[in-house]
Amino acid sequence: MAAVRVEAMLAAAEEQEAEKRRSITVEKELELEYDLGNLLAVDRNPPPAAALRGAGPRREALLRALARDNTQLLVSRLWELPAERAGGAGGPLVAQLPEPTFRLPREKPAPKPRPPTRWEQFARLKGIRRKKKTSLVWDEQAKEWRRRWGYRRAGGDPSRAWLAEVPAGADPEEDQFARLRREKRERVARNELNRLRNLARAHRAGSAVPAAPLHPTGHQDRDELRRVARVARVSTASLGRFQPRLPKEPAEPPSRSGGKKRRFQPLLGNLAAERSRQLELLRDMGSKKPVLDITRAVNKQLRQEEAEAAAANKGKKQSKRGKRGRRQQRPGRSGKKSGARRQPQQQKPAGGGRRK
Amino acid sequence: LICCYRKPKTKRAKRFLEKREPKLNENTKNAMLIKGGNANLTVTEVLKDIYAVKKPFAVLYKRKNITRPFEDQTSLEFFSKKSDCSLFLFGSHNKKRPNNLIIGRMFDYHVLDMIELGVEKFVALKDIKNSKCPEGTKPMLIFAGDVFDVNEEYRRLKSLLIDFFRGPTVPNIRLAGLEYVLHFTAVDGKIYMRSYKVLLKKSGCKIPRIELEEMGPSLDLVMRRTHLASDDLYKLSLKQPKGLKPKKKKNISHDALGTTYGRIHMQKQDLSKLQTRKMKGLKKRPAEKSAQDDGATPKKSKSA
Repeated sequence: MAAVRVEAMLAAAEEQEAEKRRSITVEKELELEYDLGNLLAVDRNPPPAAALRGAGPRREALLRALARDNTQLLVSRLWELPAERAGGAGGPLVAQLPEPTFRLPREKPAPKPRPPTRWEQFARLKGIRRKKKTSLVWDEQAKEWRRRWGYRRAGGDPSRAWLAEVPAGADPEEDQFARLRREKRERVARNELNRLRNLARAHRAGSAVPAAPLHPTGHQDRDELRRVARVARVSTASLGRFQPRLPKEPAEPPSRSGGKKRRFQPLLGNLAAERSRQLELLRDMGSKKPVLDITRAVNKQLRQEEAEAAAANKGKKQSKRGKRGRRQQRPGRSGKKSGARRQPQQQKPAGGGRRK
Repeated sequence: LICCYRKPKTKRAKRFLEKREPKLNENTKNAMLIKGGNANLTVTEVLKDIYAVKKPFAVLYKRKNITRPFEDQTSLEFFSKKSDCSLFLFGSHNKKRPNNLIIGRMFDYHVLDMIELGVEKFVALKDIKNSKCPEGTKPMLIFAGDVFDVNEEYRRLKSLLIDFFRGPTVPNIRLAGLEYVLHFTAVDGKIYMRSYKVLLKKSGCKIPRIELEEMGPSLDLVMRRTHLASDDLYKLSLKQPKGLKPKKKKNISHDALGTTYGRIHMQKQDLSKLQTRKMKGLKKRPAEKSAQDDGATPKKSKSA
């Protein structure tokens, strides 16, 4: 009898164990779709519509059972993620979530890089790069390291400067302090104006302002007015050919091509010119030595150097000499030509100039 | 624009503006909960409960605002700009549309999607007497029902609800802290939203058994009007900038079973100079080597 009771107990215990193991498995027709980064699970199985129609506690119980099954599946997935104990051995178990995969719309559009300012364009053209300045400067008078500008700067407070030398060619009666103050005000004003102009240019570039209105608005700048004046001139019956010009306005040759960039010579034109052109072309092609366009070659070389230097200096600090130093030290290239980033002069005929 | 030419004068103002400007990795979306001109008790309670769920990332406006979102969206856009919220929930009540909730989101401070839902039954947080989970818990979201994939409006609603209740995106999560689950079932033209507190019970193995306890607000919703964004605007809002894509490591590939493969590119090898096993017996003696160079036949010598 005792044996029977023990057997019954063991059987009951085993059933309990099996129950526990079964308890975390859930049967579903269609697998759920998981997005663990968002702690999201989507169940595509159609819910039992008939059962859920009747209101009351039965519906709640059904919804709860459904929720329990789905949550069990989601939690099983989450517990399968790689986990570790945060903060040592006794800390809480922390799982690493993957990136969320469900695509949700952004809050704001992606930031656009702002267009370069006038100075930045010029600097890029010339190859000027920023010199990294130290934040502290040695002040000889105070014999310590002082800020470059700001509170207690090296060189003392400029507003308390008690001496202003009259420069060599200046009027002796002029008030130097007033002149310094006025020049500072002018500099600040010019700086502010340029900053606003750069902002306006960036704003206009970003928002793609439509074609300029043909009447003056008072808010247009030089380039826009020039463009508008040209449009107004050309919109006559003879396409602006007989319009009077202002005394200093340059005469613009009429672009008969109508905006086309490439123009070809007429087929039946000057036979002698065509012959000479073809012979020159053949000569250039047949010559052993390559025809060199100095300006173009120099530009190409400079650009290559710039690219190499940028790639090399990506992680490291820039060398103090910079681009200028290296350029000046190189023999054989005159200063004029190394700065030549302008359009190549028309030295060669059309055939030779087009080749690289 | 004023924001462009007027620079901030203090560091605090600068930080404030930097928080609001468009970024590569965006902030968590904030929600604004607004009452309409004729909001009744039910709708107010709903707004209060949703505010409790979304606590640090929501703003609840106390006063009533007399606007109609479906007709005029400027007021909503103004609020969104002022409080930097891109999600909103607007509650109102009238005879034609009782217990009305308009849930919506913004893109670039303009309304992207708006869906009007009617609340048919509501059980508040305070009506269910049991312990609640702490404020700011990231909820688990479960959507049940094939309607959520078939119907376009339901698909947008699903996306909206995920956006609304998602919370901040975190890289790690404490497994014992998975306490809150929001379950949405779409059946018969109705959407049942239920919130449960998750109890992790011991099971035989590592993964715990889940028991649920009804906790939070439970809503029975029915879809009314919708104002969905056009396809191209929606696509534009989904566009992610290039900087977010993870950089692909070259010459590394993974197969379906989880094995990682690497590729090594070698130069062409000179097979005559290949280092193979040394067989001492076959090694050429210096005398033989010179003899071979002269052109004589090689003699094979056996090791002593």
